[in-house]
Amino acid sequence: MHKPKKIPAKWYFKMAWRDARKSKSRLLLFISSITLGIAALVAINSFSSNLKDDINGQAKELLGADLELSSNDSSFHYSFLDTLSIEVSYENSFASMVFFPKNQQSRLVDVRSLKGDFPYYGKIETEPLEAENTFRDGSRKALVDKSVMIQYDIQTGDTIRVGLINFKVEGALLSTPSQSLGATLVAPAIYIPMDYLSATGLVQKGSRVNYSKFYRINDLPENFDLDEQLRADRDTLRLLDIRTETVAERKEETGETFDNLADFLNLVAFVALLLGCVGVASAVHIYMKEKIKTVAILRCMGGKGIDAFLIFLIQMSTVGLIGSLIGALIGVFIQRVLPVIFQGFLPVDVTLSISWPSILGGIITGLFISVLFALAPLLSVRNTSPLITLRASEDQPSITKDRLIWMVYGSIFLFVVSFAFVQIGNLRDSLYFTLFVLLAFVFLGLVAKLFMWAVRRFFPTNAGYIWRQGLANLYRPNNQTLVLIASIGLGTALITTLYFIQTLLINEVEVTTDNDRPNLMVFDIQTYQKDQVAELARSNGLPILQQVPVVTMRIQSINGYDLETIIADSTSERRTSPYRREWRVTYRDSLIASETIARGSLGFPEDMEGKSDLPPVSLENDYASRNNIELGDTIVWDVQGFPIETVLGSTRTIDWERVQTNFLALFPTGVLEQAPQFHVLITRVSDKEAGALFQREVVKNFPSVSVIDIGLILDTLDEILDKIAFVIRFMALFSIITGLLVLISSVILSKFQRIRESVLLRTMGGSKRQILLINSLEYFCLGSMASISGILLALVGSWGLAFYTFDSTFAPNLLPILVVFVSITGITIVIGLLNSRGILDKPPLEVLRNEI
Amino acid sequence: MGNKILEVENLSKVYSNAHRELTVLSDINFNIKEGEKFSIVGSSGSGKTTLLGLCAGLDNASTGTVKLNGITLNGLNEDERAKVRNAHVGFVFQNFQLLPTLTALENVMVPLELRGESNVRKRSLELLDRVGLADRHDHYPTQLSGGEQQRISIARAFSNSPKILFADEPTGNLDEETSQKIESLIFELNRELGTTLVMVTHDLELANKTDRILRLKGGQIIEENELTSTENA
Repeated sequence: MHKPKKIPAKWYFKMAWRDARKSKSRLLLFISSITLGIAALVAINSFSSNLKDDINGQAKELLGADLELSSNDSSFHYSFLDTLSIEVSYENSFASMVFFPKNQQSRLVDVRSLKGDFPYYGKIETEPLEAENTFRDGSRKALVDKSVMIQYDIQTGDTIRVGLINFKVEGALLSTPSQSLGATLVAPAIYIPMDYLSATGLVQKGSRVNYSKFYRINDLPENFDLDEQLRADRDTLRLLDIRTETVAERKEETGETFDNLADFLNLVAFVALLLGCVGVASAVHIYMKEKIKTVAILRCMGGKGIDAFLIFLIQMSTVGLIGSLIGALIGVFIQRVLPVIFQGFLPVDVTLSISWPSILGGIITGLFISVLFALAPLLSVRNTSPLITLRASEDQPSITKDRLIWMVYGSIFLFVVSFAFVQIGNLRDSLYFTLFVLLAFVFLGLVAKLFMWAVRRFFPTNAGYIWRQGLANLYRPNNQTLVLIASIGLGTALITTLYFIQTLLINEVEVTTDNDRPNLMVFDIQTYQKDQVAELARSNGLPILQQVPVVTMRIQSINGYDLETIIADSTSERRTSPYRREWRVTYRDSLIASETIARGSLGFPEDMEGKSDLPPVSLENDYASRNNIELGDTIVWDVQGFPIETVLGSTRTIDWERVQTNFLALFPTGVLEQAPQFHVLITRVSDKEAGALFQREVVKNFPSVSVIDIGLILDTLDEILDKIAFVIRFMALFSIITGLLVLISSVILSKFQRIRESVLLRTMGGSKRQILLINSLEYFCLGSMASISGILLALVGSWGLAFYTFDSTFAPNLLPILVVFVSITGITIVIGLLNSRGILDKPPLEVLRNEI
Repeated sequence: MGNKILEVENLSKVYSNAHRELTVLSDINFNIKEGEKFSIVGSSGSGKTTLLGLCAGLDNASTGTVKLNGITLNGLNEDERAKVRNAHVGFVFQNFQLLPTLTALENVMVPLELRGESNVRKRSLELLDRVGLADRHDHYPTQLSGGEQQRISIARAFSNSPKILFADEPTGNLDEETSQKIESLIFELNRELGTTLVMVTHDLELANKTDRILRLKGGQIIEENELTSTENA
């Protein structure tokens, strides 16, 4: 007897190639499932890597200095810096109106008066380039934010008025260090020389000015850690009300912001990958079903189960590797597009470079996913009975007893949890997400089984042939109803959930522009100007919707504890933020429309022992809770040098989305009337011209009074939100296209089973119309059951995400649901019919010869 | 002919499901000697294909034993039985059962490659030539007629020089003329290589060309005939 030798390893590769060369189209579909997900992953990781490198490399340019100190006290001083050799620049900034004589319009801006050579690193980017230097030549020149110049049609050389004096516009301000997107939305910046600040007349006692000093430190000793020094002096700096920012802190803050962006992008890539995994699993499942006969023949001839497994494992691994390589290549191209997509949001110039770790990571991930999700169907062929060669109806052994397959399922579960954890950063949420996906599969499987049972049980046997044949195809032996409903259904669920959440997030940040809501806010009105401003509004036909006094104050102590005591006690858990903020407080005896009482009541408390004669103040409920300030606590306020003792009588819940003068702290009447205060007036203008006219009159008659045009802010915000929405939709496209590819490949791969049936019907005289109708019916049922199930899952998933994660209300629209249902079902039918068309136009035998 | 190459004792096969038990084979006993030509005949549903599968080690018996070339198949796992098949057995199927993604030559090579043998191309080409299809070696099964596919299948069955050849209705899907050619080819190769032939057929004329006929009905042996040399000439 011949003694068998070990099969050489290259034979498995040879067999894998022999089998694959006739299955290229099927394997191409398999590749398509993972390509886009890997492309998204590589693009995003490469882009993030470039961005991180640039943030690190350009860190000093982010701040423009080695250290920034700021305070609301103009005389602040940090004595430690006296020991170093430093250069210092000064910037005093405040919100004020700027007037454009050219077109008689005005706007709220952030006036920054500058003295010194700041920025020491990087530059203030201007148009023309030299304007950054020429505006510091000592004459009355200004740099104006480019968006303001465009908005108000201001050119270089035009005049603007800031307070009492005019400046010549030297150039457009494109970007500066220390500029945040949010701040520029409300009050874009203009720079003026500090020498002319007092001449503007805008800085007076009580004005809210931010005083900043920027330092370049020339002789920092080696190994000296500035951040460590500042941490050591933290308490002193707090007491002096000095805020600090170093390069490391700015780098960290910028990095964190873009870490959040990267996390979002990775989540999108993760969804695309997950869909790809579903595609791989369903494609391999369908593919291996067709290979059962091949495996049975091999087993007849003496091949072991492991031999067949290895052959197809090599195939799947190779295809997975090719798909990952293609995906990585596409990802490198998309990486070039991302800076264009995110233009306007990036704080640094992004230098594009190939990130080999990202590419390698993407390829390895793609290969790993391909193998992991192909393993379960591959492992099941090990137990294929050779008896199938004699009897095609022979049942495949059950997989429920196969321990290896269960280990694979366990590994898949762990993988999804781990990957989700890397993206979401929260183990509990990752587990919930994975369990949801698992339950989704179970649900889809049950839907498929229930549907097949119901059709068999209830469909009338005297119905027309087309109906009976089309529906019978759903539960024929070796049908793919379950696989198709699961893959199409899950794809639909993920895409639809992504769409719903995307819409929810965009709606969350949209500010409604209700026609009855206020859209103009006039503030910094002194008491003596109050009546005149109100009269001006009335004379312009504008309603006075609200007119409130605002008193600036600080907290001196809470329940006898002041800031010094708290800082001195290292064991104290009391928060210091209430002491360090400058409070803007109003006084009234009633609530406004955006407030409701959460705890206690307005008015003098009856049951506060020994405190019933103290004025009761009301705090915003969340703020009070966060800072552990309870009802009955005594709060002593420093009202510009004068202490006032109060008791916390109530807390309020405030609807911050309403455009009203909402205050964290509210005093009763009869306490603050004599305190130094300014006033805010809120009105509504019906059109832009009326608003512009009113603003012009305010600026002309009351130069120190400022106006916020909320409508203008909303317009600008809309533009920014449109950009954000575009970014979200662009990234979501990866997932949507992958989902469609999974759907298409699932349907196409399942065609091979129908070929013989369609050919048989054709041979027996079935017309093209009949066969197309039969197939249409089958695909309609599959597509509609899958899309309905997927939509139901998406509704549940979106509600869960909205409620638990985003703390929001989920209110889906019917239209997108209908669009999804029609699209998914339609695509399924169209792809299915395109499959069939090739069969019906050729002679039956030719079809059988071409299709293995 | 001398030693027993296949010994079947008290063989039964029962299929059970939730509702009932179905006895497909009951208490089958027979032996086949080396070099013999043996046919199993019976009408559809008589259990002949099931018996063939059990004898070839493709399935597990419910009771009884099957010994193939001295190796008891009961108690062997699937991989062990596969090893036995690769070493001793050749198959010819009614539906040809060629691997559709492999060429004619590659199909013939597979049993030898499964043994770990190298340089099998020459032997395989010789076998293809023997069945008259050397010039079609690079064609795929879909490019071949039924008769041609069956000839490839026969070449494959003999490629590993089997001790015993199992043929399940080898001419069942072929026209008369082609069937004659296939029959002749099987018997010729059988004679040349000294292989034992076990054939399942419902064609009595074909069965009469073998040395012994086992007749099944309702899963039981109803007759066992040894044919004289004149009867199977």
